[in-house]
Order: sequence, then C-alpha cells, then structure tokens
Amino acid sequence: MYEFKYHRPGTVRQAANLLVKNEDAKLIAGGHTLIPVMKQRLASPPHLVDLSHIEGLNTIEMKGRSLVIGATARHAEVATSAVVGEAIPALANLAGQIGDPAVRHKGTIGGSLANNDPTADYPAAVLALGATIVTNKRRLKAEEFFQGLFSTALEADEIITKVMFPLPKKAAYIKFRNQASRYALVGVFVARRPSDVRVAVTGAGSDGVFRVDAFEEALKKRFSSKVLEGIDVPAEGLNSDIHGSAEYRAHLIGVLTRRAVDAANAKE
Amino acid sequence: MAKISLIVNGNPVTGNVDPRTLLVQFLRENLRLTGTHVGCDTSQCGACVVHLDGKAVKSCTTLAVMADGHEVKTIEGLAADGAPLHPMQEAFREHHGLQCGFCTPGMIMTAIDIVHRKGHELDDHTIREELEGNLCRCTGYQNIVASIAAGAKAMAKSDLA
Repeated sequence: MYEFKYHRPGTVRQAANLLVKNEDAKLIAGGHTLIPVMKQRLASPPHLVDLSHIEGLNTIEMKGRSLVIGATARHAEVATSAVVGEAIPALANLAGQIGDPAVRHKGTIGGSLANNDPTADYPAAVLALGATIVTNKRRLKAEEFFQGLFSTALEADEIITKVMFPLPKKAAYIKFRNQASRYALVGVFVARRPSDVRVAVTGAGSDGVFRVDAFEEALKKRFSSKVLEGIDVPAEGLNSDIHGSAEYRAHLIGVLTRRAVDAANAKE
Repeated sequence: MAKISLIVNGNPVTGNVDPRTLLVQFLRENLRLTGTHVGCDTSQCGACVVHLDGKAVKSCTTLAVMADGHEVKTIEGLAADGAPLHPMQEAFREHHGLQCGFCTPGMIMTAIDIVHRKGHELDDHTIREELEGNLCRCTGYQNIVASIAAGAKAMAKSDLA
C-alpha cells in the first residue's frame, strides 16, 4: 500500500470540504473494496476521508412510504434490521448474502453503490426498486446514478448520504454466486411495483447493472414465471470469463428471473 | 504518522502508526500479539479475524487508524494466562478441531461471534453457512463444526463470553 494521509471528519460537510481541499482524496467507510485495491496498488489515493465515524449516517428508518437507509449502514445491519425485514424483506435477504459474516460487519451500502462493481449485489436492488440516491448535493434516480463499469454520476466532492427505497408490492433477489469470491456470477432482482415491474441484473453485464425490458413487459401483463418461458435474453453484451460464458450467463438470467418471480409470489 | 489509542483485550494501548498500517500488523508487530494470523491477506480466509467492538472482522482489511477509539479482542484475550481455556478453545482441543492450527485463532473468534449472534444451540447447517469466511486446509471442517457446536453449548454455562 502506498502512503496516504488519514482524515476522520465528524460531519458530511467536513468530509466534503476535505474532498474539495485534497485532490484525488478517496472516501472510505467499511473499506472492504478500497483497502484490498490499495494493497494491490491498483489505487493510491493520497488522502483517505473516513466516513465511518459520522453520527447518524447509518440510520435505517421509514419515512412516509419510503425505506431510508443511511450510507454507512453496514450489510449486517441491513440484513438484520427489523425495519428492513418488515418493509422490503428481499433487500434484507440480499444484504445477508453479501460476502461472509465478517465482511458484512464492515461493508456499507453507500460504499457498494459508489464503487458500482459490476458483480455487486446492491446495484440490482437499487435499480429494480427504483430507489433514489441522496447525496450532499442532490437526489439521483437509480437510472442516472449507474453509468457503467465502476462509474457513477457522483462528482469528485459528492458524498452519498442515504438511499430511499419506495416500497414494492412484491420483490425477490436470487443470486448465483461465484463459489470462491461470493460475488454474483449473475444476480436478478425482481420488483413488482405499484405501476410497473422491474427486472435488474447484476454480475452479467459487461457495462454493469441493467434492466431486461422483454421480461418487464411480459411480467407487467401477468406477474407469473410462466409468461417468461420462450423469451430469451441475448448473450450479446454479457461478460464472458473463466467463470462462465456470455451464453451461460444469458441462460442464468432467464432461470434466476423465473425463480425470483416464484419467490416473490411465494411470499404472500 | 498518526497517534491512535484503543482498548485491546481489556487494556488501553496507544501507538504511533503510519496510516497505512493494517490492524493485523499493529496487533502482531507493535503489540506482539501474534495469535492473530495473516493467511490470504485478501479478506477471504479468516485467519486474521478479531472482534472489533464485539463483532468479528477481518483485521487484514481494517486500518489500525480506523480502530482508534474502539475496542479490539484477539485470541489472546479469551482466557488469562495460566487460567482454564475459554470454552470454545477447550471445545476445539477436545474435539480435535485443528491440525496445523494456522486457521484456529480466526476460527475460534468467528465461532464465538456466531454464538453471540445465533445463540448456544447451533445446527451443523448454520455453522457451515456461518463459516463461509474462514478457510481450513487440513481438517475437512468436520471436527471444526463439531467443536463449534460443543463450544456453543459450553459457553452457555461459562462466565467467559
């Protein structure tokens, strides 16, 4: 790891000021992506700004008809939160599948989203549920937030403060894990929302998380896994690597979406 | 350099560290608490698991400066020198839950964390799921699972948490 200066701000405003003052500074909260990347010397930020001690930034609560999760809420907190379990059980279930128990004690929702790893779990939930990402500057819709591989709409001095999830009628997340890394080889989050149905896929797209329009249209007419039979997802634009070919991933998207729809329907 | 002060195994400690020092390095090299091991150094194997504010974390993926003001417990903090072993340590001894012993400190710290979260009656399936982040290359896990099930029960009757 290369040298850096460590900062521990007490407020989001202080953290933002540190970002403005120190060029190429990076935010850290759980550190479970950033520290490994820094150890490999793939990243060498000269300044680290630690958000994990900012009070109130990890709050999980219902606000009106939205579930609001603070940026530094850890995966274990989301997975075991009674509020999340009541409001969107599929989201608690997703958080409980990230990494392993020790990783879940450190990793945060804000960190996962800001990193936008193409195989991370949270992006699928945020896109399928139509969540809003709130920063110290503005509110971003999921569609505008994710901008391809490891890139987001976040500006250099912008900090995610919370994520607002509108409540779906039904939802489920099914993940096909890479056995070694526990990242999603393919993960599908299906949400039946009051006005539409969304199917978001992580792990498979060479450009990050994406929605499957053909599935969404069919499911909007009738929310049953049966309507998906015969609709194929093209392998074009999907990842191909030692873990699976693009064709295999395309096949998995269909299988996992059907399972997710069945799981969402079973929860009634 | 950064000044840090934290509680390790119940004792206040201070240090002057380069911010890039990992918690595991600080424990092993500054405090000479070498029971916590570095295995893969990539947050996968769990040999470095310690408790940070009572929760199992991978100390190879935590900066020492991030632990400033917090409380750390390592394998050395489970039982006093010369005193009887912690019931989870005793269960690993009794059930032959180790061979080479390299993964054992992390296994035991994870096992105790499982008991804190899931209680004293643990079935094999739960234990195996929860051990996802701890690798052992010797035992084939069978005896580790047996040790944790027995240690979890024994902890119910012990004063050591």
